[in-house]
Amino acid sequence: MVMSFARPEVRLEVQGDAQTEDLPVKAEAKNLSFYYGAFQALKNVSMPVYDKKVTALIGPSGCGKSTFLRCFNRMHDLYPGNRYEGEIRLHPDNINLLGAKVDAIEVRMRLSMVFQKPNPFPKSIFENVAYGQRVRGETKKALLGDKVEEALRDAALWDEVKDRLNDLAFNLSGGQQQRLCIARALASDPELILFDEPTSALDPIATASIEQLITDLKEKVTILIVTHNMQQAARISDHTAYMYLGELIEFGKTDSIFIKPKNKQTEDYITGRFG
Amino acid sequence: MEGRRLDEMRVLIAQHKVKDHLFAIIGLVCMMIAVMMLLAAFLDLLIDGWSRLRPEFFTSFPSRRAAQAGILSSWVGTALVMLVTMLSAVPLGVASAIYLEEYAGKNLITDIIEINVSNLAGVPSIIYGLLALGLFVYMLDFGQSILTAGLTLALLILPIVIVSTREALRAIPREIREAAYALGATRWQMISDHLLPYSRGGILTGVIIGMSRAIGETAPVITIGALTFIAFLPPLPFSGEPPAGAFDWLFAPFTVLPIQMFNWVSRPDNAFLANAAAAGVVLIAMTLLMNGFAIYLRYQIRKKIKW
Repeated sequence: MVMSFARPEVRLEVQGDAQTEDLPVKAEAKNLSFYYGAFQALKNVSMPVYDKKVTALIGPSGCGKSTFLRCFNRMHDLYPGNRYEGEIRLHPDNINLLGAKVDAIEVRMRLSMVFQKPNPFPKSIFENVAYGQRVRGETKKALLGDKVEEALRDAALWDEVKDRLNDLAFNLSGGQQQRLCIARALASDPELILFDEPTSALDPIATASIEQLITDLKEKVTILIVTHNMQQAARISDHTAYMYLGELIEFGKTDSIFIKPKNKQTEDYITGRFG
Repeated sequence: MEGRRLDEMRVLIAQHKVKDHLFAIIGLVCMMIAVMMLLAAFLDLLIDGWSRLRPEFFTSFPSRRAAQAGILSSWVGTALVMLVTMLSAVPLGVASAIYLEEYAGKNLITDIIEINVSNLAGVPSIIYGLLALGLFVYMLDFGQSILTAGLTLALLILPIVIVSTREALRAIPREIREAAYALGATRWQMISDHLLPYSRGGILTGVIIGMSRAIGETAPVITIGALTFIAFLPPLPFSGEPPAGAFDWLFAPFTVLPIQMFNWVSRPDNAFLANAAAAGVVLIAMTLLMNGFAIYLRYQIRKKIKW
């Protein structure tokens, strides 16, 4: 369920070379820094994620783009020694996802995530998709069935698996498994889906189908995607953020970032002179 | 010049291959020695005990006359002690392993506990017997009973269960845990919905390896005072006059197969040796059966799981 809301009164702060736009904002990082122990992996990152748009994070390996993504659903809480500074505000209720009083479980109930490698549970296709609802205490068979079908349809997988929902998820191909993981993420009614390089383990055809899916999904849900593939960012995203060494170098409309980047570093990376 | 170098190389390769074959033969011989010894021991027992392996052997109590003596009380005792062992070692071991692996932080205390758990697996079993004599028999006053023996053997196999459960938990990839957490699962939901079902195969294997060890243990059971001559069975719940309680059998005196064997071997009358051999065959068969069952279960469970 995606909430509709009045455009929030937010004054966007963006670091680096960036242009902000007058669009509804779904989430917003404010001076976000992140530490793995003593190592600072993110330095004062501020940028918006616009509602029902695809925002891509690009940058060379180790630039902190995945670290940034994993701050949104507090995945870093799972491991000791990690520390956040700054805020990530989720709208419309303007809650700070990183706030000490905000439960990480609650955050993960609102945002869902698709990982780099397809990681279905060793359970049936049905149980994989239904798990998010089960965690939320849903036990009614009919309701679960409806949810599973809706999510599988949205993930463009329904026609391929509708006759074998009780088969093990491992029997699907890599691309199907990743679409299953997307269905699993959709079935818990997220407000924002985080994609962490979702096509890096897939072949070009499966990649194309996932990209199509992401483009279709943005009508329903806000998407933040990390990608190592610049062409992919250019193809599917509305906004792009270029990161380097834990800093946000440039943020803006994807067209303008790719056609005439304002920052020399961004230009070097995008034109392949660096990275 | 080129031709000669090629020849030299071929000679060298031939020499290396001889060593390769030589090692293959040595390895085969070593393996055969181990397997043959085991097989020979089993066959020897089978031949010696064959005449006694009749249905009456399983349904008779021990007797002064070798030809009429059987293992009824000792196999029932073994089965009941194993039941108590399993029911106490599995929950204790699995819960400890989950705590150590998923809940405990990394600090000095958990490090010490960890070292202790691994070392406990190497403590001689008679030490467990002495501990049990002091703790269960005298302090807790459980007596020289099935309960005491079962708990003692449970302590003995606890490290095996803990270590194998931890290994099984560790084998589950981080991505699977993260997938569950990312959907909003709490730690316990992640453990009960994912970790436990996926590690069942490894846990079961550990439990059965532990049980196979416990079934043949003699020293700790003798230390806590198992009797060697028992001509009655533990009371069935609600049977007899006055009716036995549901758990009276736990406090009954008992004997187990290895003790029965030990008793027969130490008799001067050679006729009892056949009985001991037959009991040995039964004990080995029980162990093999348990291991076979473990392998089958593991295969069935792992068929579904590929990481």
